[in-house]
Amino acid sequence: MFQPNDYDIPNADIAWCPGCGNFGIMRALKTALAQLNLSPQNVVIVSGIGQAAKMPQYVKAHMFNGLHGRSLPAAVAIKMANPELVVIAESGDGCSYGEGGNHFIHTIRKNPDITNIVHNNQIYGLTKGQASPTTMRGQITTLQIDGVYVDPFNPIAVAVALDASFVARTFSGYLDLTVEIFKQAIQHKGYALVDVFQPCVSFNKLNTYEWYKENTYILPDSYDPTDRVQAFRIATETKKFALGVIYKNPSKPVFEEQLIAYKTNKTPIAYRGLIA
Amino acid sequence: MEKKKEISVVLSGAAGQGIQTVEEILVRVIKDSDLYVFATKEYMSRIRGGNNSTTLRISCEPVHANIDRIDLLVVLNENAIDRLRWRMNDSTIVLGEEKFVRNEPNHVIIDFSKIAESFGNRIYANSVATGVLAGIMNLNVEALKKNIEEHFSTRSKEIIGANVSAALKGYEIGRSLNLKLELTRCEEVKHKRLLSGSKAVALGAVAAGCNFVSSYPMSPSTVVFTELAKMAKSHGILVEQAEDEIAAANMVIAAWYAGARGLVTTSGGGFALMCEAISLAGMIETPIVVHLGQRPGPATGLPTRTEQADLNLVLYAGHGEFPRVVYAPGSIEEAYELTARAFNVADKFQIPVFILTDQYLLDSYYLVDQLPEVSIERHIVKTNQNYRRYEITEDGISPRGIPGYGDGLVRVDSDEHDEFGHITESASVRKMMVEKRLKKFKRIVEESLTPRFFGSENYELLLVSWGSTFLIVREALRSLGNDKIAHLHFPQVYPVPPTAKRFFEKAKKIIFIEQNATGQFANLIKQTFCMDTSNRILKYDGFPYSVEQVLRAVREKLEVE
Repeated sequence: MFQPNDYDIPNADIAWCPGCGNFGIMRALKTALAQLNLSPQNVVIVSGIGQAAKMPQYVKAHMFNGLHGRSLPAAVAIKMANPELVVIAESGDGCSYGEGGNHFIHTIRKNPDITNIVHNNQIYGLTKGQASPTTMRGQITTLQIDGVYVDPFNPIAVAVALDASFVARTFSGYLDLTVEIFKQAIQHKGYALVDVFQPCVSFNKLNTYEWYKENTYILPDSYDPTDRVQAFRIATETKKFALGVIYKNPSKPVFEEQLIAYKTNKTPIAYRGLIA
Repeated sequence: MEKKKEISVVLSGAAGQGIQTVEEILVRVIKDSDLYVFATKEYMSRIRGGNNSTTLRISCEPVHANIDRIDLLVVLNENAIDRLRWRMNDSTIVLGEEKFVRNEPNHVIIDFSKIAESFGNRIYANSVATGVLAGIMNLNVEALKKNIEEHFSTRSKEIIGANVSAALKGYEIGRSLNLKLELTRCEEVKHKRLLSGSKAVALGAVAAGCNFVSSYPMSPSTVVFTELAKMAKSHGILVEQAEDEIAAANMVIAAWYAGARGLVTTSGGGFALMCEAISLAGMIETPIVVHLGQRPGPATGLPTRTEQADLNLVLYAGHGEFPRVVYAPGSIEEAYELTARAFNVADKFQIPVFILTDQYLLDSYYLVDQLPEVSIERHIVKTNQNYRRYEITEDGISPRGIPGYGDGLVRVDSDEHDEFGHITESASVRKMMVEKRLKKFKRIVEESLTPRFFGSENYELLLVSWGSTFLIVREALRSLGNDKIAHLHFPQVYPVPPTAKRFFEKAKKIIFIEQNATGQFANLIKQTFCMDTSNRILKYDGFPYSVEQVLRAVREKLEVE
């Protein structure tokens, strides 16, 4: 069995601020990979640009650290070329919902068997404190000096509206919950969105550890994630934000399984013609 | 009866009238009648209406280039003659319905629709027209039947039958006209194959092991995409119509990273969106093959027309400094060979490689010989535990591993990185990595393609072409028959092959011919060899050169002397 520290990169010079929510997400990811007993050689972590996107720098696995906003197209292509790999696309809210918004929509439509972890700290950290697509209305930032005057992007509602096959939200402060959701997301056959609330200790003075604890709640065991109408209602709540697996559609066809090139020959395209 | 050597037939009508159907069937009937054929089309950016035309050169000898002259003009709508008047001469025969052709001196009235209606539907007019042309040229009637049947093979028996009958009626009419437009057959045509520029690019890709294509449709490059989609099943190709060009290019790079051999096919506007991805390929040293079918810009420009104005775009696409290769096929054969080569070169040097075609080349077809076999050169290594993706080597090329093949981890990073692919801000590592990437240039230059020279060794004037003007210039110079004039064609435009220098040094005078307004290639040559390249023939009206136009331009240049 793998242990979480089997995924450590020795002597990594971690560029995150002390107390950053990214540490909790990294801990949860390594624990989930270990508990699923996934060999680093079998996992590809794809990211865009930003502080969250540095995650694969610090996790021992294959890494494709591409362009800002473009983690999803890259992840989809890697899964297409080699469906045997476990593919995780991981980036921040700006990268995933702003710059990569179009890819977010269309990757949900495709439903490739990848996991999409979005670090959602509701602010731009690396560029020092501007609003992100998920910053709340009215919040004052270094750039929106009069407060943000547009509504935040609601990734959960968009994902449910597009009938994403797995939609979850967690909070980096809850390690066990996050590990459990990551495991379910990775094991889920199809596209899995995990939006992770995460404090930015340097630039977001509103959405703090305490704020997330006070403004979220964990969905009860009795909650049925296959009920889409209920999921949409949960997704659009604004008083308190639900954590857990919010929506699941297990019957959606998986993208890469439908590709003509795999209809009769299951060998990954990547391996065809290579000597074993 | 004196037999002609060549006939130039032009079909002209509105979009949606089925000119393309006539063209598609007729070229096959011509080929099956043991005659050479060259076809090219010009069309407006619309689905219905306007006026489009297709030029067919039918000959007893190989034909490969666009000409202006029209021997027989088939008119299907009212503005066709006005648009093509400048290409007509005293002996041009104009054929069509009375209302369109009656004012022309050499007209032949044929009411295609009325004849079609006698077979049940005016929609069969295309088959009537195909038949009339086949009859006029005394083409093989069995080939006419066979190709009509094949073209409509997915339709009902009744529809196939009606089209065949309509075509045969047309054939009979064509024969009865006695227009003396007949050619001597050539047996060797049997061994040739009809191929379009688009299909040549697609076949070249597949021959070189292309197994991944992701693109966003854009004229004139889309046909390459659809041709690959047709081969997805037989050749195991992953085909994805991406949500946008940005996704397409990022997908292709990531597919190469994972071990596929990917192609993106686009045009200038689409490629503009891919420039950041090209830079990514440069940084992470992952191959990408880009087919760019040029059309006139800026912006949307003339969406269905032709130009060679995106050379600068591909030369400088992507921020930062990294090596690349640009090919510019001048013929359908080169479209095949250079596309195939692009895959092997991209794989070997881990760089972006471009195939620069244009609407004219992609939409043209002629008969080619058997296509050469291509070796699929994959430079993938099985990794070990100590694998370093960016290992420093003498020639700058690090062994490329892929995830899941071997025990190593393949870590690529768009940030500056060390040998393991880890992010770094070390000045010394940065310097080393810049030099590593640029070091590859040496071998890339060494392996560049020498330009193709045509003419006698004691030439004085050198006419320089690149890309699709090649065969038009070639025919023009042949017909000029002046051994003081030679022709130098560049299938590889970047890096400029150093071997080109000696051809320039020998010439007393050099003329560059390009289909753009600023002479982009001439400027590149000037920059490379520090020589005078100011003598230029340029065209930028959106329509391809013709043999006559090149001849005229060269003669004008000679008179100036």
